[in-house]
Amino acid sequence: MIPGAFDYHSPKTLDEAINLLNDLGEDAKILAGGHSLLPMMKWRLAEPAHLVDISRLSDLDYIKEENGFLCLGAMVTESGLENSELIAEKYPILKDTSEVIADPLVRNLASIGGNIAHGDPANDHPATMLALNAIVVVCGPNGSKREINIDEFFLGPLWTALGENEILTEIKIPMPKQQSGGCYIKLERKVGDYAIAASAVTLDFENGKCSSSGIALTNVGPTPVRAKDAQDVLIGTDVSNEVIEQASNLAAEASQPVGDHRGSEEYKRGVVKTLTGRAILKAKNRAMGGN
Amino acid sequence: MEKKSITININGSPRTGEVEDRLLLVHFIRDDCALTGTHIGCDSTHCGACTVLLDGTAVKSCTVLAVQADGREVATIEGMEGEALHPLQEGFFEEHGLQCGFCTPGMIMSAKHLLDNNPKPSEEEIRCGISGNLCRCTGYQNIVKSVQYASNKLQSSESAGGK
Repeated sequence: MIPGAFDYHSPKTLDEAINLLNDLGEDAKILAGGHSLLPMMKWRLAEPAHLVDISRLSDLDYIKEENGFLCLGAMVTESGLENSELIAEKYPILKDTSEVIADPLVRNLASIGGNIAHGDPANDHPATMLALNAIVVVCGPNGSKREINIDEFFLGPLWTALGENEILTEIKIPMPKQQSGGCYIKLERKVGDYAIAASAVTLDFENGKCSSSGIALTNVGPTPVRAKDAQDVLIGTDVSNEVIEQASNLAAEASQPVGDHRGSEEYKRGVVKTLTGRAILKAKNRAMGGN
Repeated sequence: MEKKSITININGSPRTGEVEDRLLLVHFIRDDCALTGTHIGCDSTHCGACTVLLDGTAVKSCTVLAVQADGREVATIEGMEGEALHPLQEGFFEEHGLQCGFCTPGMIMSAKHLLDNNPKPSEEEIRCGISGNLCRCTGYQNIVKSVQYASNKLQSSESAGGK
């Protein structure tokens, strides 16, 4: 399969890339890892006239903690996340997420920025970023820069708050509090498939009680779904098994699955319930210092 | 559409071509360079038959544009053999790691990436490392053994070399 014809641009700097997007308008697409876009182009589901390749902008490839945030450059690859000691030690939910995306070969090129900017509700990072209350940093023409709360970022299938002439450059994640834990669990039919469903959970504890929580779901709605009622029911409790059961049921209610070749609507709700229960328990264990 | 002149260093030799922007790396390797050891299987980023190393990293060359590889290093199955078979090639031979052989070049390039980064992988790490490569013949058992064979051989030759 061969993509439709296009002009390839390889800018040397972020400013040059943004100027290209600005000049080329809606006919241009950003090429990052390319592992969502190029397959779509080969199927002719996307036929952009121009590709602006940002994969050589090495200054977008960093993982660092700064001013209370974990900052991830948009071109950090999934392998880069998987192999980062900082991530493994302090942000295991991100390692959980990156290591279940596609397969190892895809993860060598696929980027975290692309996974989010693509706006696919079947992608894995979006739910994790909702659970982590991430902030999306976006750069536009004339040095403009804005921060978008993750809750305002995903607008619909393959539709985000990103403007045509903007580039997602960074993801900011609040650094974990003293007693906190997170977990991402995905059920997939086989390596490389999208999730039947997946659940991302983060928990903070203060004096033995849950002080805040984030729960979000993958591939069970037109966007990643935040299960707000499920989050709320955990607050102020010690996250006992009964409360976990309640939260899991509420997450299943919040999901909006559609029956397809991966399972019926009812089955997927059951999967959401089970995975959410397991993810809460694991996040709790991690918050208590376990694995 | 204007063609671009690109140069990719493949297995140590610079290869220059005039290519359309949309040309996939696997087509450049096979059609422009006549290196047909790299296979096209699914053509949709699933099977891994087209796996090559790009600057030392295993990638599916059906999902990389040739222009993206301009100025970079690519390693294919043809570059594995030196004066003798590479320990991975020898391993696939000794342990019957192939039947039809279609997946083998990609399997070996993935395994090369794995062993370069993790010289003594566990069985689970090997299975995970090759999980982007599909084999429809072997059931993977002998492929895992082949990679273990290569790992052991590379280890012993390293210790024999006094490193």
